[in-house]
Amino acid sequence: MWRFIGFRVLQSIPVLLVVITVTFFLVRIAPGGPFSGEKAVIPEVKAALEAQYRLNLPMFEQYTAYLGDLARGDLGPSFKYPGRSVNELIAAGFPVTAELGLYALLVAIGIGAIAGVIAALRPNTAQDYVPMSVAMIGICVPSLLMGPILILVFGIYLEWLPVSGWGDMPGDKILPAITLGSTYAAYIARLSRAGMLEVMSQDYIRTARAKGLPEWRVVTGHALRGGMIPVVAFLGPAFAGLLSGSFVVETIFQIPGLGRFYVQAAFNRDYTMILGATVFLATLIVVFNLLSDILAAWMNPRLRSQFGD
Amino acid sequence: MNTSTITDISEAEQGTSLWRDAWLRLRRNRLAVFGLAVLLVFVIIAILTPWIAPYGYAQQQLAVGATPPSAAHWLGTDIFGRDLLTQIMYGGRVSLAVGFIATAVALVIGITWGAVAGYVGGKVDAVMMRLVDILYALPFMIFIVLLMVVFGRNMLLLFLAIGAVEWLTMARIMRSQVQTLRQQEFVEAAISLGLSPATIIRRHLVPNALGPIIVYTTLTIPSVMLLEAFLSFLGLGVQPPQTSWGLLISYGAETMEEYPWLLLYPGLALILTLFSLNFLGDGLRDALDVRSAKD
Amino acid sequence: MRWTCAARRIEPVLKVENLSVSFVTRMGTTKAVDDISFTVDKGKITAIIGESGSGKSVACYSLLGLVPQPPGRIDGGRALFHDQDLLQLDPTALRKIRGRDIAMIFQDPMTCLNPYMTIGRQLMEPLLYHKKVSRAQARSRALELLEEVGIRDPVSTIDNYPHQFSGGMRQRVMIAMALINEPELLIADEPTTALDVTIQAQILKLLASLQAKRDIGVLFISHDLAVVADIADQIVVMQQGRIVEAGKRDAIFRNASHPYTQKLLHAIPHGGKPGERPVCEPLVTVRNLCTWFGSRKSPVKAVDDVSFDILRGEVLGLVGESGSGKSTIGRSLLRLVPVTSGEVRFEDTDVTALQGRALKNLRRRMQFIFQDPFASLNPRMTVYDTLAEPLLLHGLESRGTVGAHVLKLMDDVGLARAFVRKYPHEFSGGQRQRIAIGRALATRPEFVVADEPVSALDVTIQAQILALMQELGREYGLTMLFISHDLSVVRQLADRIVVLHKGTIVEQAGTEDLFERPQQAYTRQLLQSIPGRTLLNLDAPLGESTA
Repeated sequence: MWRFIGFRVLQSIPVLLVVITVTFFLVRIAPGGPFSGEKAVIPEVKAALEAQYRLNLPMFEQYTAYLGDLARGDLGPSFKYPGRSVNELIAAGFPVTAELGLYALLVAIGIGAIAGVIAALRPNTAQDYVPMSVAMIGICVPSLLMGPILILVFGIYLEWLPVSGWGDMPGDKILPAITLGSTYAAYIARLSRAGMLEVMSQDYIRTARAKGLPEWRVVTGHALRGGMIPVVAFLGPAFAGLLSGSFVVETIFQIPGLGRFYVQAAFNRDYTMILGATVFLATLIVVFNLLSDILAAWMNPRLRSQFGD
Repeated sequence: MNTSTITDISEAEQGTSLWRDAWLRLRRNRLAVFGLAVLLVFVIIAILTPWIAPYGYAQQQLAVGATPPSAAHWLGTDIFGRDLLTQIMYGGRVSLAVGFIATAVALVIGITWGAVAGYVGGKVDAVMMRLVDILYALPFMIFIVLLMVVFGRNMLLLFLAIGAVEWLTMARIMRSQVQTLRQQEFVEAAISLGLSPATIIRRHLVPNALGPIIVYTTLTIPSVMLLEAFLSFLGLGVQPPQTSWGLLISYGAETMEEYPWLLLYPGLALILTLFSLNFLGDGLRDALDVRSAKD
Repeated sequence: MRWTCAARRIEPVLKVENLSVSFVTRMGTTKAVDDISFTVDKGKITAIIGESGSGKSVACYSLLGLVPQPPGRIDGGRALFHDQDLLQLDPTALRKIRGRDIAMIFQDPMTCLNPYMTIGRQLMEPLLYHKKVSRAQARSRALELLEEVGIRDPVSTIDNYPHQFSGGMRQRVMIAMALINEPELLIADEPTTALDVTIQAQILKLLASLQAKRDIGVLFISHDLAVVADIADQIVVMQQGRIVEAGKRDAIFRNASHPYTQKLLHAIPHGGKPGERPVCEPLVTVRNLCTWFGSRKSPVKAVDDVSFDILRGEVLGLVGESGSGKSTIGRSLLRLVPVTSGEVRFEDTDVTALQGRALKNLRRRMQFIFQDPFASLNPRMTVYDTLAEPLLLHGLESRGTVGAHVLKLMDDVGLARAFVRKYPHEFSGGQRQRIAIGRALATRPEFVVADEPVSALDVTIQAQILALMQELGREYGLTMLFISHDLSVVRQLADRIVVLHKGTIVEQAGTEDLFERPQQAYTRQLLQSIPGRTLLNLDAPLGESTA
């Protein structure tokens, strides 16, 4: 198992390096310098600024210097918010996004897994059709539509819940979390249903029944573990999806999170911010992919022992 | 049955091929048939839009402004007095085109990559699939946003970027198909008959690998369309004067309190298409009996 | 010991009367089990024999409520276990009996144990659930039983996962799990079918001894009369949901009265091939053949330095258990797997060196018949396409004339001509194997490798296909390498036999010599593992009265 973990960690390093390199050069070759939009800048000021952002150095030296900064955890200064570093901006936005993502993940796993298992216990009955139809709706109504619809229904017509902000009013976190989590709840419901159906048809479930175990013990003791492996393996990709989904949800609900900063930075052409945030988000996603892979492998004893101790 | 009197094969009763079998099963699935029908109608409308659209694409009536659905404007007008039905029809052209073209890009890259890796095997396969693994771990959504920011909102780039994300799954499916099939005894039988590799691929591998490919193609289109809608909604995808369903939804969301129909109808068009594709995909999966061949 | 009666009368543990089970689906109702009655006596083994679709498993599973309802439906009958009718019990009461008073073991030990749970936890589960015992007590009981069923060093292996055990060991674990509550009735559903012959013999012996020691009743389900010949007391023969014959074992084996039973008995391969001396000139010469897989550093030596000849016109039997490399040899001869080193000569050509056109031409002359008729035919090609492909490829027929040739092939392999445009999924296993044989013989090859061609088939079908192969072998003048795990099948066909073990040749000899005077210990072990040996070597050949 340790060898497996070590192997996967090592495998992540080139991924991160690719992300950093590609992002860095993409941003550098982007048309338009940081100051091109503004009025003519005094040459001395421009030179000073360029030195501050190391734009006076050759490209490759800029790159190695940036890698050095990264190793120290420094993402550099922002182009558009003079005097503020990218680290500060991320530190301001990320806790909000993380909280939103966490709630959405809870919605997705909580509703999704339970609905999927319930559906799988009585396939092709109403107990299966109803949750799966709801899941189909979840998949086909993307967050960019789900958000406005929820706002319209619960915020404007029913006036039950606030429709924007984050932590300003009680209950203003409910709609964003549901909006962001709904798609993934639907995917997880379908995955866990398929996983459970697959496992419930296995011979060892028949063995468990032949032992005289009550049905709930068969499900919780024997079926759940194998049935949930696909769901666990999906958590990594789901996390990546939640992060990019937060771009839309934070925009809709006007939440001051990292996703909204990112979109704003994109419009402002705040290249250092884009670069820093991309590297930051990519690292998070890679780490979460790693964790979900390791967890899924750990749940499977055959894989666990294959890589030896 | 007069079994022994047959002297020519044309006298024998035609059997039921797996394709026919699948088609019969698909036809019994009402949701899938519904999906197929809706999709065909939408595609035909999209093709014919320039001739059948009720109003001109850029035709504004600023004096009219936003009006709810009426006899003159079946789905109402937007704040510039443009006919919403016309907007949705032109937007559908873009959304569907992105869906189909980007999926086609993914299909071509993915199938070639996966088939080569699966058929050649060994070290080549290991290297090719490791690359896919690495690409899989990349946060592509963020990259596409980045690409759009850096290079501006370019339609061709959008197709390529989305296609480049979606081919990975396609490659994995194709490879696992080819690998499974290669070990099948009927392929060994074909080798021992002396058939050339090209004939084996054409007659024995491709027809049997087609099922999962069809299913995943059908399921890739909606995810591509979602990606486009996502980007356009953020203002990073299609941009005016062109329009798409994602863009229309984004405008509609801004004014939904006053003019809810501007959100409702483009949203319905998108949802209906996504439903149809997903129903059709699920139906095909059942009909062609494709197990989860995802990895 | 509640049932120790003064008079040593045999007590039935289970008495099934007029059981009927059907399946209700959208396509209609099918009767899976039709009015069957049998008993299992205390301390005795009752065997239910039948081919696939005979309803033998459904009958037993329905007793314990393990047939899902719907689609299953119990139409009537009684199943008395201690004066209570199992069929009338509610699910909870039935569950209390399952695993405590009646236990089961299943066919495939690879899939019947939960891969996510240690065997210790799985073993203890029935005990913890049905009896009031502590975890420690349950564990020590589990250890005792593992020891008893012959698991080496239970203390260190009890916390292992199933995949860390071999197939035979897993079946021992299954048996221990079934016995842990000391049930009164054990239902064994094809418990040895998935195992190698030598392992099968061990497991059967173990089952018999455990059963005798505990004096419990066993209901043994099998498709193979030979397997139960050694251990069953009573035999019940089922066909299409009905019992066609039942009785004491010896009665069944000596004077079976029902034609289907006689057919089953005939289907057990027995006796040797009538001796025709083949011409003593080798057609295929194999010298120092090595076929290794995997990395160069630590290769898996599937075939390691093997040499033998196949004489023109003979059938050479290649026998071994799983992992012996027998299939790999067959595939190496036909260049379906790359040969690591050594030489394979067909007449005077070195097969291992051929390329391109020469290889293709040689392939016309040597063909392969595969084990699994469900995998060896392209599901998207009609019989016509499958049979015409080799003929057209090698230019033996033109598009215009190939039809007649295909129909002739259909006749040869015993398929109705009317089926020529059907697809493989429209045929049964036996019919598919006929198609596969037709494809192999289409080019009139001189040499055929048949790799376990009948092991995936029901016993009666198996007999038909073997007969067909014998007949066609004569008609086409074939030289054949016949690969099988089943010595009695090989004995029926082969002139000479090569015994393989772990990639090397243990012994080769003429068929009768090998059976009468085996030289090597491993060969003797294999021969002793042939199920039903004692009964099959009865003085009178089987079923003589009806032959």
